[in-house]
Amino acid sequence: MTTGWPILSAIIFLPMLGALFILAIRGEDEIAIRNARYVALWTTIITFLLSLVIWIEFDSTTHVFQFEEKRDWLGASISYRLGVDGISMLFVILTTFLMPLCVLASWNAIQSRVKAYMIAFLVLETLMVGVFCAMDLVVFYLFFEGGLIPMFLIIGVWGGQRRVYASFKFFLYTLLGSVLMLLAIMAMYWEAGTTDIPALLAYQFPPGMQTWLWFAFLASFAVKMPMWPFHTWLPDAHVEAPTAGSVVLAAVLLKMGGYGFLRFSIPMFPLASEQFAPLIFLMSIIAITYTSLVALAQEDVKKLIAYSSVAHMGFVTMGLFTLTTQGLEGGIFQMLSHGIVSAALFLCVGVIYDRMHTRQIDAYGGLVNRMPLYAFCFMVFTMANVGLPGTSGFVGEFLTLVGAFRVNTWVAFFATSGVILSAAYALWLYRRVVFGQLEKPELKAITDLNTREIVVLMPLVVLTILFGIYPAPLLDVMSVSVDHLIKNYEAAIATAEQAKLALVH
Amino acid sequence: MNEPVSPIVNYLLALPEICLVVGAMIMLMLGAFRGNRAADLICWLSIALLLFAAALVVVMPATGKVAFDGAFIMDRFAQFMKVLTLLGSAIAIFMSFEFMRHARLQKFEYPILIVLATAGMLMMISANDLIALYLGLELQSLALYVIAAFRTDSVRSSEAGLKYFVLGALSSGMLLYGCSLIYGFTGTTGFSGIAAAASPSVHNLGLIFGLVFLMAGLAFKISAVPFHMWTPDVYEGAPTPVTAFFATAPKIAAMAMFLRAVHVAFPDITHQWQQIVVFISIGSMVLGAFAAIGQNDIKRLMAYSSIGHMGFALVGLASGDQAGVQAVIVYLTIYLVMNVGVFACILSMRRSDGMVEEIDELAGLSHNSPIMAFLLAMLMFSLAGIPPLAGFFAKFYVFLAAINTGLYALAVIGVLSSVVGAYYYLRIIKIMYFDEPAEKFEPMPGALKGVLAISGLLVVFFFTYPAPLVAAANVAAKSLF
Repeated sequence: MTTGWPILSAIIFLPMLGALFILAIRGEDEIAIRNARYVALWTTIITFLLSLVIWIEFDSTTHVFQFEEKRDWLGASISYRLGVDGISMLFVILTTFLMPLCVLASWNAIQSRVKAYMIAFLVLETLMVGVFCAMDLVVFYLFFEGGLIPMFLIIGVWGGQRRVYASFKFFLYTLLGSVLMLLAIMAMYWEAGTTDIPALLAYQFPPGMQTWLWFAFLASFAVKMPMWPFHTWLPDAHVEAPTAGSVVLAAVLLKMGGYGFLRFSIPMFPLASEQFAPLIFLMSIIAITYTSLVALAQEDVKKLIAYSSVAHMGFVTMGLFTLTTQGLEGGIFQMLSHGIVSAALFLCVGVIYDRMHTRQIDAYGGLVNRMPLYAFCFMVFTMANVGLPGTSGFVGEFLTLVGAFRVNTWVAFFATSGVILSAAYALWLYRRVVFGQLEKPELKAITDLNTREIVVLMPLVVLTILFGIYPAPLLDVMSVSVDHLIKNYEAAIATAEQAKLALVH
Repeated sequence: MNEPVSPIVNYLLALPEICLVVGAMIMLMLGAFRGNRAADLICWLSIALLLFAAALVVVMPATGKVAFDGAFIMDRFAQFMKVLTLLGSAIAIFMSFEFMRHARLQKFEYPILIVLATAGMLMMISANDLIALYLGLELQSLALYVIAAFRTDSVRSSEAGLKYFVLGALSSGMLLYGCSLIYGFTGTTGFSGIAAAASPSVHNLGLIFGLVFLMAGLAFKISAVPFHMWTPDVYEGAPTPVTAFFATAPKIAAMAMFLRAVHVAFPDITHQWQQIVVFISIGSMVLGAFAAIGQNDIKRLMAYSSIGHMGFALVGLASGDQAGVQAVIVYLTIYLVMNVGVFACILSMRRSDGMVEEIDELAGLSHNSPIMAFLLAMLMFSLAGIPPLAGFFAKFYVFLAAINTGLYALAVIGVLSSVVGAYYYLRIIKIMYFDEPAEKFEPMPGALKGVLAISGLLVVFFFTYPAPLVAAANVAAKSLF
């Protein structure tokens, strides 16, 4: 289905327009800052409402790309092309949904250079939405890498103590992975003559080339995801970033890696994906168990959640590379659910950080006595993080495990043990922060959630539970696209098998 | 291509060069009679002259006609590169007023020397013969040696000029030696004659020797590793507007000369010079990336940055085909825009007690002058090659060309060194944005503001409409094949 006007471009560039608007606000006084905040808030809200139009108008009975736009850009073969399908559409919504919450979460937490902060976030939103809408590899790369610039500044300018180290590590790590992908994109361009994604999806790359391209893309996505052992930038970046920065990082930027696997690695290089799936399984299992154990040992709340993110992304990669319907749908669902839950967890940390200015677990304890509402919200998200049935976290983990079980029981076995470990660290964290006696004198006067914080957290609570008991709205949207992906994948594998047989005889 | 032409056509083809030289002589007379009081006037006249020459180049027919017995060619490639060079020179003079006034260097010789150097560069770009190439090169170099040492009261400036002169003379010697070998083994100095003689089937060791020496001389002019040693010292020692000039126009002209010399004179033995280009390209990229990390003087840092950038441009040259030449042209254009902007910032690093050059002096610039800091940050991201800024497209095209010709190792080393290089560009952004503010700079002069704004906006918004540059570069590249 196509609407008459370029709705995707509108969604992508509306935040940029808001950023320009903030740029035009003169002065640094209280009124200018308040105006900047409101402009950012309204821009993100309008962008979100606009993006809901795509969901409403979306036709989930077809796998073809919808809301397409195409314009000449770099010559004839590299064009500005946009579109969404059942896989990417939900990520667009996730991004636009979280941005108003990020702006609200930064309302009082950010007091210095507010205008620049809001501009950075709005530009970041433009780039993130662009990643999920791009239907051309070069356009995709532009948005994908461009996101580094605002994120680098967000971590470096508004971050914590070791912000410089964290921002450099984040930037250089991600860049290092991505430049190899860029070379792969160029190789694909010369091989297929285009960087148009639908055309490349239909193109059969020679088997030998697929391996190289697959690894080049892996270099980028494994860092972005992040997969063990390329995850070490993530805890640093998460810990040092301001709350909203961590939210965006965990909820959206990490998903770009998984989205990349879904959009490029699996459908474009099916033979390599099949061949190296065991490697992904191994990395995923190590990520799930090892980083869960590391999370157990953390003393910093944000760091703990960061490691738990790595573990959860392990479930995603495992699910995706099972190449079964359950695994793929589970992986996508897990990404969306983790987008909501990890965002919420970081927001929860932000709530107490704004009050106490420390992230040390030791500094807290017995918060339930003074902050019952907070304790409730935090509990819902902790349970979702554990994967308790009835929360959205369960659906994703369960589906990926089912997928893994169909392919390799040992993988499923180790991954399941990761679920147990996640229960251990998450519940223990909850116990140490929320339960117990409120003994620390500086906590005696801590206040419960204020209205703004309730407005931020409640939608997330509702969605976490809603998608936990009724995941159909998400699964229905993606199922046709996922089936199509698997059908194509199996067809490619079958063709290759036949070619091999023909060669033998 | 080589049909005989009447003498008048000869001169018509070289009209921009003739204009520059005649204009320079008239201005010299003006300066001789009116002295340094006329310095400002002559600066403006030089800018006007350079822009006039650029206009001439644009309206001239660029059909690949040759003049002076095939020694001089005017094609689309020459047209494009000449316009770039002329604009680079004009901007360099335009940016120098404030600095020269403060440094009490308002001498009328300065713009005239730049005009003469530019005339040499135009000659280099159009050179279709080894003798013409050498003439242009020396006309350019002699003027450059003088302006490197232009600050006569500064030991460092004199040292820079002397160093540049000695090493430049050495490289000219090597280049001449190479030319003589090539002449000896092919019997001609014309590029088309050499191309006819240099065929892959004939194993001509003397010619290869000549080629190697020729390329050594050319590599010196673009400051590619291992002939880069002069660059940091000269950049640091020369007065800053001169550094800004060195970093732009001469590099573009020398690269254009390099492109034409290898592609037109040695088209059939590509694999012979390709190895050399790959080697100096890798050397330049890696050295540029690593050596810049430890620099604290922003001019030295820009020197290593330019070494690195020449390495990236050479990636396009190494691929040895039309896509490669197109990539180099795109690269040089974007490189010019970025460097002009960065030097506009460096020229505004002035406190009440004079110019500062330490990178740390930029601390907290985002507080003191947010717009300048923002544009400089964007230029730095662009130099690092981060999309969606212009610098990304520059790198994109050179690596695209390298991948096309199967130079995978070169491309991989190139992108990895661009990641290393990103570190020191980020460091400047870090100092501007993350560090506590230092003392404010003096307000930025209007001319520099204008240059920085235009350069910054071009870099930021290039992605919205990149097609015209790419198409123009494509047309220009075609004329070499």
